[in-house]
Amino acid sequence: MIKHLLSMDQLSADDITKILDTAESLRAVTDRPIKKLPTLRGRTVCNLFYEASTRTRISFELAAKRLSADVINFAADSKSSVAKGESFKDTAWTLEAMGVDAIIVRHGSSGAPHQLSKWVKASVLNAGDGWHEHPTQALLDLYSIRERFKDFEGLKVAIVGDVVHSRVARSNVKGLVTMGAEVTLVGPPTLIPQQAASWGATITHDLDAIIGDVDVCYLLRVQKERQSEQLFPSLREYAAIWGLDSKRVAQMHPDALIMHPGPMNRGVEIAAEVSELPRSIILDQVANGLAVRMSLLYLMLGGPEENKEVA
Amino acid sequence: MSETTSGRRATATEDNFQLKARVMEPDEVRRALTRIAHEIVERNKGTDDLVIVGIRTRGAPLADRVARLIAEFEGVDLPSGALDVTLYRDDVALRSPRNLEATTVPGDLDGRVVVLVDDVLYTGRTIRAAFDAVLDLGRPRAIRLAVLVDRGHRELPIRADHVGKNLPTAADEIVKVHLEEIDGEDAVLIGGFS
Repeated sequence: MIKHLLSMDQLSADDITKILDTAESLRAVTDRPIKKLPTLRGRTVCNLFYEASTRTRISFELAAKRLSADVINFAADSKSSVAKGESFKDTAWTLEAMGVDAIIVRHGSSGAPHQLSKWVKASVLNAGDGWHEHPTQALLDLYSIRERFKDFEGLKVAIVGDVVHSRVARSNVKGLVTMGAEVTLVGPPTLIPQQAASWGATITHDLDAIIGDVDVCYLLRVQKERQSEQLFPSLREYAAIWGLDSKRVAQMHPDALIMHPGPMNRGVEIAAEVSELPRSIILDQVANGLAVRMSLLYLMLGGPEENKEVA
Repeated sequence: MSETTSGRRATATEDNFQLKARVMEPDEVRRALTRIAHEIVERNKGTDDLVIVGIRTRGAPLADRVARLIAEFEGVDLPSGALDVTLYRDDVALRSPRNLEATTVPGDLDGRVVVLVDDVLYTGRTIRAAFDAVLDLGRPRAIRLAVLVDRGHRELPIRADHVGKNLPTAADEIVKVHLEEIDGEDAVLIGGFS
């Protein structure tokens, strides 16, 4: 297994299948009274978060705890030495000196986890870096899709919204294409990156033209904080053209799924009533995230150090 | 999960296994399992509270067979399950992560008598891991152990309640159990590294 998880580029279809299969075995632990395994006893995992996060940080923390690892949570905020001007590198070396086995890092700069992996001996897991990637989100999404459809070959997935600024979209496109799904990116031209054509995905700006044909409609969060950049006229107009409302859901295939990485803007990219439909598996995604992260921690930290390939 | 219980030992693969002798043939395996099935019921004074749980990989089909045998001659419906103890092993940090299989245990184990079934009893470390795995699922009234082959060389104070065949071996020998469900035939083989 890989030593660091920085990008979905590192994973072959076989690697992804192994991670998902292992997660499936671990999912059962989540449903029993004693939800803990002794597997990573004595290992230490550090959550190093330079950006806000609810589900990813909690999910990683719980995953590590369920496997009996010790967990340190480090948020680079006013309470840490980052506020005193400590550099990323010094923070990394400090963690290294304390002997952590894995660092789960979220950072606003693309490539920060890659840089970190050059500085420390610990395994580095990318929990989201800038606009670059969020590989564990893609893996839990693949798990959630596989749970319903069994096979990715020829599966039609639409990823709708702000693809430009979305690390979730980048990782998901890579993972889905690797597994053989057909990915379509949908959104206003200002929010679809120029180079997206080279990702192996189809591009369209018309959600209504494809909504009846998709197996999965994956909605990205509209980053409201970017409204000042005038990439689309208004939230109301965005909702009217690219938002998933009941009228559009009515055109979807009966078995088609609705997914969202969270946090949701109800009434913008997804209508409130749509988010609560049985076909919307947003909370399943969260629950599956725990099993997928347990699987990764087990596969990446479980064995002897010398067996790990350097990414 | 048979002969390579300790992380320090080399893993026997199909390539380097040199057969010395076949020590159990299909009929002998069948008779041994039938006897074990009767012993389990006799020891338990019936089938009340019994749960037969196999340790993956080859303990699982053995557990199913034992449960089926008991069900036949006692005329009851006896639950059986399978345990993957990989995540409980004491050598989990010493070897590459293995593929996990499902743990399926029928119902609630609280107050039941769990009979663990495995193919080969060797160092006892697999059984130790299985104890922890079972106790995380519930609090059985008792745990018992049935194995097809006991080859000796224990590293922990563990012994089986029901043994198909005691097989004296040297530590550098390999004992392989083949089962119809997985390997296409029932047999117990002994050999060494080539």
